[in-house]
Amino acid sequence: MENRELLAGRPKTVLPIPHLYCPGCHHGSVFRLIAETMDELGIQDKTIGCVGVGCHAFGFMFLDIDLVSCLHGRAPAVATGIKRSLYGKPIVFTVQGDGDLAAIGMGTIMNAVIRGEKLTTIFCNNAGYGTTGGQLAPTTLLDQKTTTTPYGRNAELEGYPVHVAELIATFKGVAYSARCSLTSRAEYNRAAKAMKKAFQKQIEGIGYGFVEILEACPSTLKLSPKDALRWVESHMMEEYPLGEFKDIDSIP
Amino acid sequence: MGEQAFISGNEAIGYGALYAGCKHFFAYPITPQNEIMEFFASELPKRGGVFVQTESETASANMVYGAASTGVRAMTSSSSTGFSLMQEAISAMAAAQVPCVIVNVQRGGPGGGTTQTSQMDYLQVTKGGGHGDYHTIVLSPSFVQEAFDFVQLAFYLADKYRHPTIILSDALLGQMMESIEMRKLEFTPVPEKDWAVGLGRKDGQRRMIFPGFVVGSMLREYLVAVSKKYEQMKEKETRYDTRGLEDAELVLVSFGSTARAALEAFLMAREEGMRVGMIRPITLWPFPYQIIKETSHKVKKFLVVEDNLGQMVEDVTAAVTEQAQVYHLGILARHLPGPSGLILPQTIYEEVKKIYGK
Repeated sequence: MENRELLAGRPKTVLPIPHLYCPGCHHGSVFRLIAETMDELGIQDKTIGCVGVGCHAFGFMFLDIDLVSCLHGRAPAVATGIKRSLYGKPIVFTVQGDGDLAAIGMGTIMNAVIRGEKLTTIFCNNAGYGTTGGQLAPTTLLDQKTTTTPYGRNAELEGYPVHVAELIATFKGVAYSARCSLTSRAEYNRAAKAMKKAFQKQIEGIGYGFVEILEACPSTLKLSPKDALRWVESHMMEEYPLGEFKDIDSIP
Repeated sequence: MGEQAFISGNEAIGYGALYAGCKHFFAYPITPQNEIMEFFASELPKRGGVFVQTESETASANMVYGAASTGVRAMTSSSSTGFSLMQEAISAMAAAQVPCVIVNVQRGGPGGGTTQTSQMDYLQVTKGGGHGDYHTIVLSPSFVQEAFDFVQLAFYLADKYRHPTIILSDALLGQMMESIEMRKLEFTPVPEKDWAVGLGRKDGQRRMIFPGFVVGSMLREYLVAVSKKYEQMKEKETRYDTRGLEDAELVLVSFGSTARAALEAFLMAREEGMRVGMIRPITLWPFPYQIIKETSHKVKKFLVVEDNLGQMVEDVTAAVTEQAQVYHLGILARHLPGPSGLILPQTIYEEVKKIYGK
């Protein structure tokens, strides 16, 4: 552990406490990315994070910023209340999983972008529910087996995987929407750039910034960390293309 | 003397909030509370405030949660159906100790119900509403002046205890107009909101708005702390109004707009020489059990009048001693079978006469 710190260092915005994630889970890396972005932009003291419900929420324990714990799916509404009540001064972001954002909270995120809020959302898409033990999420792949689709996701019964980053990009109040993965150093670097842009669009007052990150959940996929990573490449990236779907500097 | 104004109960809620320094309001349209949100939509932009028409009452309550987490005075209002949608967030705000004010201008229910008056949300609002072990102070205005005053009181109590506070109004009170005095009420200082987010990591410390028991071993500590808070509320904040208890042989118990009809029946009975008293609970939680219990040592007849099938009557029954008899006059005594029926003073008076003579 000590050696690792020597090699990579620790972002200023991360507290020196161990995280709670399973081996091979990508949530830890996502939060590291968020912390690095805040360090780079120098916004630690004026940022407020809104915590959803799901495994992603544990990451907030080691972020050294102001935090508000939100109900399942409601983080964009809470973030709206915070941002508006302080007259747009703080940088407010949400981190939400695929169940939190795309199932129970789909209406909440949609209405936040419809209202043209100037917020940032980091959307963790790992194709299933992790905390509750591996159930179907709106982002679960076709034929993917979960504890509530034991015979595989069937489009006739459960519909098709939802493409949130593309959907968000269609709203006028959105300034940035991208999908990234963390499957290689190169992808990690691209994700870092996307995250920085998603925060900058808010800082500059342009519009909503949104980044979807494809993640592995080795525990519910019942794969080793390495195989889970490969599964993201071979299965998830096939369904969910990476890229920037919107990147504008003013709302036309 | 403050300025005199002739306004509705709903407008009084709006003015009361402005007098309390509330500049942050989030709500979704629903009859019969629309005048409250329309008031803020027109008044807040002029005063540098924040008004958001939300996509649902669920969102309203969660936006209040976010706003109040920054330490500002924030509020929402709704009516029965929409108030139900807020329960999860109210429970969360009680858990995370976020002070705010929520107004429920009751309509008829259950379900989608009617757009006209009732007092059917008593049990919901006093016995939790949301899940989990929590209470909120509930203020019940009977007059437009009280609607105005109680919003100020509600913000004071919310900040004093760092807890959500509810005002239970109804369609009748919301829509009626009365002459009131606009006055700023004075309260003792409330604690500094050093816990709020957005202070820029003051003293190098992050602020977290979390349910107090998010880490397993802290649950007991949290429960001890909140139970102390609820005990303090019961001890210090129980409010009620009494009339004619000194020589009463029958006591009317009634709240909200129905208490106005009960009060008229009380006056009619007194005029006829009947020794009738009245207790009007002002805080529905904490409920004034003590005064009712004490009264029941000498008064053996209680008549609970409420515009529902029998909700507060459960609390009155729990409060009185065994010898006392509790009667109930409820929604079935309305003068019309449709949603615009009311329990008229004459009906209450007839019931008083009947029970008094027994």
